[in-house]
Amino acid sequence: MLENPRRTMSTDGLAVSIQDLRVRRGGHLVLPGFSLEIRRGIVTGLLGPNGSGKTTLIRAIVGVQIVESGEVTVLGSPAGSRELRRRVGYVTQAPSVYGDLTVRENLHYFARVLDAPDDRIDETIRTVALGGHTDQVVGTLSGGERSRVSLATALLGRPQLLVLDEPTVGLDPVLRRDLWATFHELAAGGTTLLVSSHVMDEAERCDDLILLRAGRIVATGSPAELRDRTNADDLEDAFLLLAEAS
Amino acid sequence: MSARVTLATAGRVLRQLRRDRRTLALVLLVPPFLLTLLKYVFYGQDETFDRVGPPLVGIFPFVTMFLVSSIAMLRERTGGTLERLMSLPLAKLDLLVGYGLAFAVVAAVQGSVAALVGFGLLGLDTAGPIWLVVVLAVANAVLGMALGLFLSAFARTEFQAVQFMPAFVLPQFLLAGLLVPRDQMARVLELVSDVLPMTYAYDALARATADDLGRRLALDVLVIAGFTVLALVLGATTLRRRTP
Repeated sequence: MLENPRRTMSTDGLAVSIQDLRVRRGGHLVLPGFSLEIRRGIVTGLLGPNGSGKTTLIRAIVGVQIVESGEVTVLGSPAGSRELRRRVGYVTQAPSVYGDLTVRENLHYFARVLDAPDDRIDETIRTVALGGHTDQVVGTLSGGERSRVSLATALLGRPQLLVLDEPTVGLDPVLRRDLWATFHELAAGGTTLLVSSHVMDEAERCDDLILLRAGRIVATGSPAELRDRTNADDLEDAFLLLAEAS
Repeated sequence: MSARVTLATAGRVLRQLRRDRRTLALVLLVPPFLLTLLKYVFYGQDETFDRVGPPLVGIFPFVTMFLVSSIAMLRERTGGTLERLMSLPLAKLDLLVGYGLAFAVVAAVQGSVAALVGFGLLGLDTAGPIWLVVVLAVANAVLGMALGLFLSAFARTEFQAVQFMPAFVLPQFLLAGLLVPRDQMARVLELVSDVLPMTYAYDALARATADDLGRRLALDVLVIAGFTVLALVLGATTLRRRTP
């Protein structure tokens, strides 16, 4: 596991910079004034229970969320701007692919949209370990396989920032480990990853963490830092201590 | 807009339809079935069958594509693929025109099959050129599709989307002039029918089958094209990059 030293940040080193973000969904203030910075080239984990605002934050970063106020800058441009559509990959929690097309047909279509070369299709299929299902209709795949098709779709265009909303839910442990290895390979290659999860044991696999609770940041830092700060043995306890202290 | 993305979208929509064999069979076989039914409903009244049959060949695609496209777009919305597409380098018109191209292809096949059965097997008779009926069928299909794509934005469930057919298409069908000439309807209805798209779709077909290929037909086609563009533009405004 990489242990990235915290360093003074210049905006160049930032993949995402958020200032005073307020988001209201369904009349409810989900993110009440939120500021955050995410560094480039590492795997940042967004941890928090269901309903803590993870998905809303992710949607704001990807630029599909209507926000009330605040600034979200992604890779140097305002979130959701046209030039980011090629540079940011987004995988929603529910797989967003065509259930009536095969794995290859799905990837073929999105490769055309992204103007990605055809050999990327087989590469990404290998990356998400779906080689045995290439010509299977997505609707007949298991839930975990479907979410991997969705992930493959986001990988096609080699995005500089990859935002994944609970990508490992329902996957078997071996596959989960392999996917996390893939995430770190991508990060080693320069990709920035933001991965949300509500499972604390995944937090250990991240370089940097954002702990979220009820729309507010409880703590940020590397897993080691958070343990040190709280003198806790594991991150679950650290989270609890930090949540109670905040 | 990009030709690459538009064509890829059309290909993708056609591939999805091809996978749904039963829908495809229904789309292609229901019009000939209804025409056959009509022939024996108007048993021994060939004149009536010849008046009603040919325009119907061109109206069926309008209705079918309205339904199919509104459900297809609703699925894009509820399945999350629309949100994904809106976060990708894809212009809204790439999506809408892609759908239009795909459904135009299906409508061409549907219209041809209906024309083949109607004019070939069932002995439908028309004074005008049959190819023009098929061409108008395709134009009407694209119009029906554009309206379906736009209206689907106002449906949250497939149940609602299906109800839009009797709510929006059936009244247009009743007022279009096929069942009762428009000047014999209540004056209010005649005025209402003046602003309904299907009125012009029917009028064009009626003139084509009567071999009345003049300025009025050209005007009808222009109005159909105008309604199609308007519905596509309105449809584009319902595709949001950002949602609440």
